Amino acid sequence: MAKLRQCAIYGKGGIGKSTTTQNLVSALAEAGHKVMIVGCDPKADSTRLILHSKAQTSVMQLAAEAGSVEDLELEDVMNVGYGGVKCVESGGPEPGVGCAGRGVITAINFLEEEGAYDDELDFVFYDVLGDVVCGGFAMPIRENKAQEIYIVCSGEMMAMYAANNIAKGIVKYANSGSVRLAGLICNSRNTDREDELIIALAEKLGTQMIHFVPRHNVVQHAEIRRMTVVEYDPTHKQADEYRTLAKKIVDNKKFVIPTPIEMEALEELLMEFGIMEVEDTSIIGKTAAELAAEAAAA
Amino acid sequence: MAALTREETQALIAEVLEVYPEKAKKDRAKHLMVNDKALESSKKCITSNRKSLPGVMTMRGCAYAGSKGVVWGPIKDMISISHGPIGCGQYARGGRRNYYVGTTGVDTFCEMNFTSDFQEKDIVFGGDKKLAKLMEEIEMLFPMNKGISVQSECPVGLIGDDIEAVSKKMAAQINKPVVPVRCEGFRGVSQSLGHHIANDSVRDWILSNRDGQAFEKTPYDVAILGDYNIGGDAWASRILLEEMGLRVVAQWSGDGTLAEMENTPNVKLNLLHCYRSMNYISRHMEEKYGIPWLEYNFFGPTKIAESLRAIASHFDDRIKEGAERVIERYTPEMNAVIAKFKPRLQGKKVMLYVGGLRPRHVVGAYEDLGMEVVGTGYEFAHNDDYDRTMKDMGDATLIYDDVTGHELDEFVKVMKPDLIGSGIKEKYVFHKMGVPFRQLHSWDYSGPYHGYDGFAIFAKDMDLTLNNPVWKMLKAPWLKDEATAEKKVA
Repeated sequence: MAKLRQCAIYGKGGIGKSTTTQNLVSALAEAGHKVMIVGCDPKADSTRLILHSKAQTSVMQLAAEAGSVEDLELEDVMNVGYGGVKCVESGGPEPGVGCAGRGVITAINFLEEEGAYDDELDFVFYDVLGDVVCGGFAMPIRENKAQEIYIVCSGEMMAMYAANNIAKGIVKYANSGSVRLAGLICNSRNTDREDELIIALAEKLGTQMIHFVPRHNVVQHAEIRRMTVVEYDPTHKQADEYRTLAKKIVDNKKFVIPTPIEMEALEELLMEFGIMEVEDTSIIGKTAAELAAEAAAA
Repeated sequence: MAALTREETQALIAEVLEVYPEKAKKDRAKHLMVNDKALESSKKCITSNRKSLPGVMTMRGCAYAGSKGVVWGPIKDMISISHGPIGCGQYARGGRRNYYVGTTGVDTFCEMNFTSDFQEKDIVFGGDKKLAKLMEEIEMLFPMNKGISVQSECPVGLIGDDIEAVSKKMAAQINKPVVPVRCEGFRGVSQSLGHHIANDSVRDWILSNRDGQAFEKTPYDVAILGDYNIGGDAWASRILLEEMGLRVVAQWSGDGTLAEMENTPNVKLNLLHCYRSMNYISRHMEEKYGIPWLEYNFFGPTKIAESLRAIASHFDDRIKEGAERVIERYTPEMNAVIAKFKPRLQGKKVMLYVGGLRPRHVVGAYEDLGMEVVGTGYEFAHNDDYDRTMKDMGDATLIYDDVTGHELDEFVKVMKPDLIGSGIKEKYVFHKMGVPFRQLHSWDYSGPYHGYDGFAIFAKDMDLTLNNPVWKMLKAPWLKDEATAEKKVA
């Protein structure tokens, strides 16, 4: 049996990490792989399409009810959904209180101690909160955890900024451990020349655009039914896209320490593709009145 | 006369620093000085209140220790909640021997540990709800408490709990002061910042609570600040002040109450014993209420007499006469103490390493017994403390700031003091080296040492320790013959 591969999915908030992960995982499961998803987000919405549920009861929620994590058993926190996919949510506090990062750390430690990473598994996917705001959200990429990181992004400026920042974070852990950047997943927003742009960004980061997932309404149709496309409409061409992505990830050999780029280089790239306009430095710091006066003089 | 000459002491410092790596040597050199009484300011000769170096074995505490352990903890009718995991509260429970009168668990609470006992889930989900619940339970189980303070442990600051909001809500609910104190242990370099934070929280949440309320004043009202009543120190001080005709309105905070603190803005003069831990609130009361403050020293008859006269100088002749009467009354008693113990202690050398005020305040008491303090230092002093210390210590004596384990060991080996006065962390190291040792934080479970009564106990304790026959019995039996043989040869 092949060695367990642990993958973490990062990317800007709202980019479609959870949807992409679950569609990808269901395609992997369909192909016969044994997969587990670990949701690392206090919102606990990383497994709903697999489980057809609203939000899975999380490790931290159960621990709070039971008293402590030591009072929990693995079967209490793990649910099995479509295609035998094992699902766990770390969970955490409501916004504005407590420490969500610690929740991720506690939950992952619990899974390790309880032997959730058994020999049967082929893949573990960590679906991580958009912003790596503190050490807790870097937990999945520390030593002996995820070795492959996939960044979900699109051809939008902020998504690319975020991808570059995440690459910076990976460098820190890559130098001290075995975590590597495994590729960018472009979750299309239908912007112009999006694929070329992400390929160009991937090149600069020293990685690859592993797959371009086109935009299609069927993803939303499936999501309303709390299902993945692969399950909802297996014959749909969008399901094939996720199958292709899954196949590419299974075959992926390109794991790199990323080479994040300076802000200027990123902006040049955006200008080149017309996402960002060339900056007119002559207007910086001038009030409307000053600009009007200048216009009148000219 | 110092134990060593100026040059010898300087050479000793250089030698002790030799083992450090270059960077540490450079840093530690700034914290060690040979005293020069002629100098006005310590700024050029010693650096203080800086971060300790990793690996040196500092004896310092943390901000929580300064706030809960020192300032807030001894207020007897308030409950301090140690907010966070259990350890901090459990180890800060009545450990400083702050004596008080009252029925513990009914109307006084110093020796008890009230804690929110944080678990993993409290870190993740926040501890605010638990804190509110805890306060409700306190109010139900201990209804005679006069108020609550929330002493923050480290995690509270990390996870951003809003203890201020909980405190405000609960203060309204139980109709008593509830004081949030942000004394997380990681703040600052030692317990010193904890004192400051605690002083600030007293200022913001307690001090003005009774402003404008009726208070029957007398012209002789004073408050004792910075006396934590360790082994009864504040009591031994208070009787002298009362005997000279003053009215002690408040004790901060040993055997003190919330009401006393709230009434302190009515006094004529604040008497400050531990400058380090309560100078902040003294300065504030001077600024806001125009109350002058005076540092005094109630260790040993010489300093006591000086202090009583200095205190009296702020009042009329009645008090001045009172001071003289007190001094006169106790002088024969003190002379008898000195006559008894001085011959047994005369000429003995002492090294000190303590906390807020004792490294300089006890010097006079030792001198009254004919002893000499040849080295002294503070765990968490600032330079204004060293300015004062330089005046009280002899020329060419050794002064060390935030001394390290290695430095203190080596200084003792070379300077060979007859007695060391320091804390529990140092005690057994020096016992094993065969050097007589007294704890000068807890008075080694004795005390009081303040005031005239305290001096009699101090003198007796120093004699008991120093002249204890046990120090001559430290050689292991199998080494004894050799030792006596050597002695005979010598």
